[in-house]
Amino acid sequence: MEFWLQQTLNALQLGSIYALIALGYTMVYGILRLINFAHGDIFMVGAFVGLAGALWLGLPMVPTLLFTMACTALLGVTIERLAYKPLRNAPRVSAVITALGIGIFLEHFVLGTVGAEPRAFPALIAGGRFDLPGGLTVNSVQILIIGVSVVLMLGLDWFIRGTLTGMAMRAISWDRSVVPLMGINVDRIISLTFAIGSALAAAGGVLFGQAYPIIDPYMGILIGWKAFIAAVVGGIGNIRGAMLGGYILGMTEIYVAAVLPSTYRDFVAFTLLLLLLVFRPTGILGRVQAQKV
Amino acid sequence: MRKWTRVWVLACLVVGILTGAAMAQEIVVGLNVELTGSIPVVGQSSRNGAQLAVDQVNAAGGLEVGGRRYTVRLVVEDNEDDAASAVAATTKLITQNQVVAVIGPNASRNAIPAAQIAENWRTPLISPWSTNPTTTAGKRYVFRAAFIDDFQGEVVAAFARNNLGAQTAAVLFDIASEYNKGIAEIFRSSFEALGGRVVAWETYTTGDRDFSSQLTNIRAANPDVLFLPNYYSEVPLQVQQARRLGIGARILGSDSWGSAELLTLGGADMEGLFFTTHYAPDIATPVAREFISAYEARYGNTPDDVAALTYDSMQLLFQALQKAGRVDREAVRNALASITDFEGVTGSMRFEGTGDPVKSAVIIQIRDGKFTYYDSVAP
Amino acid sequence: MQVQTSWISRWAVPLLVVAGFAVAWAIPRYQLINPYYELILMYVGINIMLTVSLNLVNGYMGEFSVGHAGFMAVGAYVASVLTMRVIPWDMAGYLYPLALIGGGIGAGVVALLVAIPSFRTRGDYLALVTLALNMIVKSVIENIDAVGGPRGFLVMLRLTNLPWVYVWVIVTLWVIRNFIYSNAGRGVLAIREDEVAAELIGVRTREVKLRAFIISAFFAGVAGGLYAHLLQFIHPRNFDILKSTEILIMVYLGGIGSMMGSVLGASIFTVLLEALRFMGVWRMALAPLLLVVLMILRPTGIMGLKEWRGLIPLDERLRLWRLRARKGGSASAAGN
Repeated sequence: MEFWLQQTLNALQLGSIYALIALGYTMVYGILRLINFAHGDIFMVGAFVGLAGALWLGLPMVPTLLFTMACTALLGVTIERLAYKPLRNAPRVSAVITALGIGIFLEHFVLGTVGAEPRAFPALIAGGRFDLPGGLTVNSVQILIIGVSVVLMLGLDWFIRGTLTGMAMRAISWDRSVVPLMGINVDRIISLTFAIGSALAAAGGVLFGQAYPIIDPYMGILIGWKAFIAAVVGGIGNIRGAMLGGYILGMTEIYVAAVLPSTYRDFVAFTLLLLLLVFRPTGILGRVQAQKV
Repeated sequence: MRKWTRVWVLACLVVGILTGAAMAQEIVVGLNVELTGSIPVVGQSSRNGAQLAVDQVNAAGGLEVGGRRYTVRLVVEDNEDDAASAVAATTKLITQNQVVAVIGPNASRNAIPAAQIAENWRTPLISPWSTNPTTTAGKRYVFRAAFIDDFQGEVVAAFARNNLGAQTAAVLFDIASEYNKGIAEIFRSSFEALGGRVVAWETYTTGDRDFSSQLTNIRAANPDVLFLPNYYSEVPLQVQQARRLGIGARILGSDSWGSAELLTLGGADMEGLFFTTHYAPDIATPVAREFISAYEARYGNTPDDVAALTYDSMQLLFQALQKAGRVDREAVRNALASITDFEGVTGSMRFEGTGDPVKSAVIIQIRDGKFTYYDSVAP
Repeated sequence: MQVQTSWISRWAVPLLVVAGFAVAWAIPRYQLINPYYELILMYVGINIMLTVSLNLVNGYMGEFSVGHAGFMAVGAYVASVLTMRVIPWDMAGYLYPLALIGGGIGAGVVALLVAIPSFRTRGDYLALVTLALNMIVKSVIENIDAVGGPRGFLVMLRLTNLPWVYVWVIVTLWVIRNFIYSNAGRGVLAIREDEVAAELIGVRTREVKLRAFIISAFFAGVAGGLYAHLLQFIHPRNFDILKSTEILIMVYLGGIGSMMGSVLGASIFTVLLEALRFMGVWRMALAPLLLVVLMILRPTGIMGLKEWRGLIPLDERLRLWRLRARKGGSASAAGN
């Protein structure tokens, strides 16, 4: 029992990071039907901006987080304006390939400027290990990650469902052609979506730096692809689905490695996810879209 | 073949002689390393080590081979940590740049196919870092500067069993990386042959940052020692996560820990841990001390094992060139194979008929934030 | 009409193919060019096969498959096991094509396994399935110690040479061309334009999709086999998502729905990356920027839905010509 609780805690930590990144995928997808494959690398840039904030500016935890989110949001919007906007009426896949190109560019730009050495991310909160009754071990980083992620996700959920701008976003994802008729500035909403998605990925980057404090220019690739998988499993385009998908992927990875020889983890984890898609082809919370005939 | 080949060879010769005369006395050495791809640090260190060796030789007036002084020119190629690119780069270096020898690639997955090319073109190739036996097996022109996995796995197992008195051991390693898997397997068989028991055998995949699931399993098995034959960019994460989970076992490592980065990345968590490697900075030979200070002065950081091994590969090549007395691939190959007294940064080496050097390993303990000499083991 | 059926138009392409073969055969035989360029030519050939085959699924059929390297891996390992373990050593040189076909069939079987569940959905879900498949294939190979696992698999025989690569490139182009201009191929195009409508006019969409997907995987597998016998060493990491990404970029660089585009895309991409070698690390930052600029200027890639006349079957060319004549020359010259 204690073993399983411990593993669940591990899964929540990993799943929170996946969920934060998956949100960026799903928001952009919901609005533009664009798989933003550069998103994993935006997460990476976020981690490096956070490092710069913490090291050069000597900021503590919360200002680092806010500083990083602001800078990375700016980057996300810039990329959207320069690279994706000209392609808004082009075939959908052209933008996807552009995103792939942007991702590769970001990786090697950081590699060229920052250098190849992995960097140590400074600890921004006091480390502490708490032994709970029953042999369970919790540390302060776990509490931080799970706490901050849940706060951010609740905030986003409220924003999407509770504000007018959020409603505009949902409207665009429902039908982009009608929305301008309602007097909504679509360009502004799209930029905002990129800003929020990038900011969340940046928060993921800083939290990641706290949990796994070694960062390098290629760290976004694998995590990015996995977060994409999480977004699809949850039902791409659906905000709550992305959160759910992140935690499901985290749990699958952790539990599979806990029960089976960890050698087979990737194999079993991805096969399980594929099976899930066989039974729910549009993901867990995905909405079945009627095809026009 | 016949006629056209002859014409072609003749043309090449003419062009070669003309350009050779024009460029005066130059020895071209190829460096084929992983500057981009998944292990760019390895490529960068390797390039730094090689460049340092070349600049030192040129600053001293060049390399004297057979009574003539040559300047050494290094041609660097990036192989993207991709086998196809490593093969292309090797072919380019050998056939286009007409290098006398190729240094690199480092990772065995690139070094093995590249070595095949060097063998086909009868060009000496020295891989600084590749530890997979296949790289040199059955090849005449391929050498390495590192020791092979088998030796090191045995050394660590014997150390854990005899010096630390461990009864049980756990291993966590990267299943997708040949180096890590090779050492882990040899450690397991040696440790069990010495009467110990491996109670947990856990793996992950390159790029993973979260090892909590595997470490929770290891915690449940409660081993005496935990062996982490992984790269220094990942080890601090593993140690940190193990300690956060409350694993108290002694932690051991292999030569892939041998970078000062390990200490900057890992901090206080690394204190007291042991690992095997090629050389100990604190009891270093004059050669090593000189190298370390020159490297630090130039690049501002302490050299890691790749930098040291690449530097040694270059020095091996220089010694072979001098011994051969002429700039000729076959002669250099023969001279390399008969080196018996090379004193390098990573210890003394000699070749005994194969491309694998005979060299000893040292065991290092991390004390007061420094790598300190603990013991040495001869093969 | 006169020009279309002339002697030149009928025989130009076959003659070109034969002449190309003569050159491909002569280059290694008489060492006409530097071996480095010869190697690059072989890489270009293998990349053309990968690109054209992926274009069938992504360009012509309009799906989005992102794990092509997974099929390549299966083909590479199956073909290598065949030449190394199954076929006797002295026969391997002669039976090499069979080994490659075996690799292709292996890849096709894997494609069949994933296609059955994944074609229940469209587009972006296929992306996920193929992505996961790529990771699964890599993970499985890493766990099979009989083929070296993460240590890689040593292929002793360098059976791939320029003539072989050339022949297989031609076979790939020929088979895929014939498939596209067959009845099933029209179905593939119909699916891209509108799957529901295609089904309504009687295209058996499931079957057509499956066939296209398997053909695509087959040639990726053959390309993998060629790759393995060129490098003489294969490693699970050679076939990771980065490789798949590379193939994707070549497809969209050259242009979707165009075989000539894929040939150009693969050639330009491969040669450009080699030519930029002098830039070191920055090469990998510059190349994607060029791609982004190209995508913005020409969103459908270099050829984008246009085809070189030589790759269109003769009767098809005639049909298009008549069509254009009837419409008064307004239809595009050669498209689909």
